[in-house]
Amino acid sequence: MAILTYREALNHAHREEMERDERVFLMGEEVGIYGGAYKVSQGLLEKFGERRVIDTPICESGFTGVGIGAAMVGLRPIIEMMTFNFALVALDQIVNHAAKIHYMSGGQFSIPLVIRGPGGPAAQLAAQHSQSMESYFCHVPGLKVVRPTTPADAKGLLKSAIRDDNPVIFIESEVLYGMKGEVPDDADFLIPLGVAEVKRPGRDVTAVAYSSLYYRVVEAAEEVERTDGISVEIIDPRTLRPMDTETILTSVRKTHRALVAESGAGFAGMGSEIAAFITESAFDDLDAPVWRVCGANAPMPYARNLERLKTPSKDRIVDAFRKLCAV
Amino acid sequence: MAVKDKTGGRPSAGAGLDGTLARTLLRQMLLIRRFEEKAAEMYALGKIGGFLHLYIGQEAVAVGAISVLRADDYVIAGYREHGHALAKGVDPRRVMAELFGRKDGVSKGKGGSMHMFDRAAGFLGGHAIVGGYIPIATGVAFAIRYGDGDQVILCFFGDGSVPQGEFHESLNLAALWKLPVVFVCENNRYAMGTAIERALAQTDIRRFAEAYGLPGEACDGMDVLAVRDTVSRAVARARAERTPTLVEARTYRFRGHSMRDPAAAIYRTKDEVEEEKRRDPLLLFEHRGRRAGALDDSSVHAITTEVEATVAEAVAFAETSPEPPAEWLTEDVYA
Repeated sequence: MAILTYREALNHAHREEMERDERVFLMGEEVGIYGGAYKVSQGLLEKFGERRVIDTPICESGFTGVGIGAAMVGLRPIIEMMTFNFALVALDQIVNHAAKIHYMSGGQFSIPLVIRGPGGPAAQLAAQHSQSMESYFCHVPGLKVVRPTTPADAKGLLKSAIRDDNPVIFIESEVLYGMKGEVPDDADFLIPLGVAEVKRPGRDVTAVAYSSLYYRVVEAAEEVERTDGISVEIIDPRTLRPMDTETILTSVRKTHRALVAESGAGFAGMGSEIAAFITESAFDDLDAPVWRVCGANAPMPYARNLERLKTPSKDRIVDAFRKLCAV
Repeated sequence: MAVKDKTGGRPSAGAGLDGTLARTLLRQMLLIRRFEEKAAEMYALGKIGGFLHLYIGQEAVAVGAISVLRADDYVIAGYREHGHALAKGVDPRRVMAELFGRKDGVSKGKGGSMHMFDRAAGFLGGHAIVGGYIPIATGVAFAIRYGDGDQVILCFFGDGSVPQGEFHESLNLAALWKLPVVFVCENNRYAMGTAIERALAQTDIRRFAEAYGLPGEACDGMDVLAVRDTVSRAVARARAERTPTLVEARTYRFRGHSMRDPAAAIYRTKDEVEEEKRRDPLLLFEHRGRRAGALDDSSVHAITTEVEATVAEAVAFAETSPEPPAEWLTEDVYA
């Protein structure tokens, strides 16, 4: 077991998988000489060389298409988006090509592609650099969507994503790159895709949370435990698509109350899907509606005070736990 | 019949044309022509649904270009790709079954006219987003280079793709990274209903190559030997030097953009279409072949009979292939 930062965990995942499988390569802006805009790929160019760590010009649609073509004929590309916000430039490639070629070809061509990069709110990066986009990608049949929360998640999930034969959307978080955590140093440590984790056991409320907001939900859970004796069970889905609904439902059948916390705006966000399947499958077990604590319905503002208002604060989450338990 | 060469390019040689080659090229072009005509009939009868974009008039481009490839080379094309699939060796029975939406179609009935794929034949689709697959072709070339291979990929697209950003991104990447891809622009002068003069500030499409430091060459897309000549040099360049080329094949489609579009009258005149039909690639080549002594009544008759039988067999195969089972709806979503 090692103590690694989230960034180092991702770096190690790249190293191990590139060592293990010669078909794996990394491509993206500044991933080579610069070592990655967020230093995730530091040292990879020196270790693996220019053939396998490729700096691209700024053309997300073009180089995502290159990844798709390479994947069609047997390579296993990792495409880095400097920030996942830039992946929107490649949305046609991701949605119309990567997600659909396997199906449209009647199963002849698979696209074993990982598209990874940081996303969600950061620190005053403003509207075009702060989006939570996971729900867009979750809506597309053919894609897998992963958002790792801890350094161990980052390593285990990225290794699984690289070994998966499908296009995987892998959205990290700028604000988590420096976070430290225990990470198994076994080169075969994998976290399977499609499996959630009960990160904090509890009795009274099921909270579904992931990525940077998870940590705020933990703070809120610890506070309500101390002040109100409310015991919150936190489930991290880890993979958003395909989602492990069973783990969430098992928890809700126990606690009878559920809440989803997400940084993105609520309308058509992840919470709407989770609330729907909980209501459909565990209606008789619910003592309250499924609530969502979401980002405000506005693009991310620049001003520090407004930015703080956009993403759910610990206090808003605490308030939600209290109100949910009072229903 | 006056054979006009409008491009000012190199006219193809008639003398010295090998009989075997002549029969092969004629047979392939005729197969595409008759297949597409039959598809149009089947569409009118309701056996084929959705969009159907016919390749009639452009046969010399797919056939001429693909005739210079090795079996292990790749082809990728857009939604007007039945001809390219057939030229690459995809089974006409399975192409027709795919058009009919049957389980024995190349894509198990789940792709349709615009999404023909055949891995064994090196045919990578069948794509419906204009220009969307050009970076994918560049990616295949990247993989060839990554593996130290010497295959090449031909990427076919129309004049309508040239304004799309991904055309430019792809040429830039292919030139920058020296990738074995040949970009073949089939300039039929109309992107659906939009004439090239209304779409491109630079209508001399081969010149876009210059912006990326690449060789760009135009050829008469109605002359199968001219296409073959230009593409063979481009393929040799890609294979030996990993230098991509932009080939502009100047051609014309005799039917509308799709079955829902009339051949003429809205955005082009009937007179123009009739004039262009005088340079029908099949007529031009048969004439040239006969003049060179490489084709005669007997060989042309034999080819015609065989092609008609092949197309009839394709229809029969498609008719008897069942629809895909309901379970196939949600199969292949994930690998």
